[in-house]
Amino acid sequence: MFTEYIFHFLSILSLFSAVMVLASKKPIHSVLFLTLAFFAIAGHYVLLNAQFLAVVHVIVYAGAIMVLFLFTVMLLNLNKDEQSQKPMWVKIMAVIAGGMLMLTLIGILRKYDIQSVQDPMTTQIGLVKNLGKILYNDYFVPFELSSVLFLTAMVGAVLLGKKEQI
Amino acid sequence: MTTLQSIPIQYYLVFCSLLFSIGVVGVLIKRNALVILMSIELMINSINLLLAAFSAYTNDPAGQIFVFFIMVVAAAEVAIGLAIVVLIYRTTHTIDINVLNKLRW
Repeated sequence: MFTEYIFHFLSILSLFSAVMVLASKKPIHSVLFLTLAFFAIAGHYVLLNAQFLAVVHVIVYAGAIMVLFLFTVMLLNLNKDEQSQKPMWVKIMAVIAGGMLMLTLIGILRKYDIQSVQDPMTTQIGLVKNLGKILYNDYFVPFELSSVLFLTAMVGAVLLGKKEQI
Repeated sequence: MTTLQSIPIQYYLVFCSLLFSIGVVGVLIKRNALVILMSIELMINSINLLLAAFSAYTNDPAGQIFVFFIMVVAAAEVAIGLAIVVLIYRTTHTIDINVLNKLRW
């Protein structure tokens, strides 16, 4: 029962902050609400006993990506209200389309049931020891390739961000 | 399992569908390129959470490894995306996506 209450609290918190990301006019408020949503999702990972993922999620999203967003908002001096918005009928149509997508997804997935092999609260696969063994044994090549991807992304970001001669 | 009752997988399915739909609506209604990137992050997060939930429920660690790799790719994507946004701002002095219609026709 207790975990269910925590689940509902975290779900409502993350959905609320996700809606507020879209509803707030200033980009910096959107960034801060997005941080709140990320922390709520990190709580979900803890609830699934995926501790490695929870820590990596907080480090990567709340640590790195949020700092990037905040730096961009502050560097570009965007902290003012959006001057131009999409017309109202576009917004209404978009919300209707998104609602249709949501209904379709829920309608498809509603009946889905899975026989839980083990209680997710007590499973041990999300711990650092098990995931590290699997990551370095079975998924070693993708792990190394992701470092190449990071290097490429870093070089690309520096190249794009340079002031001279693009 | 006397005190710890497990949550049904449907709860995760419904919650992640809601979060994904909010991200889709955000991409559709916003004109600010930064907020569109944030909505994409929301969608990626909902997929990540669903993968982690299925991995925990079926006791298969491959799902959590996949979530790890998706996080890696998302971090690289945001770095490049924000660099492009800064570049767009430098050339056009706005990040309104409706101004960026040079390649439309």
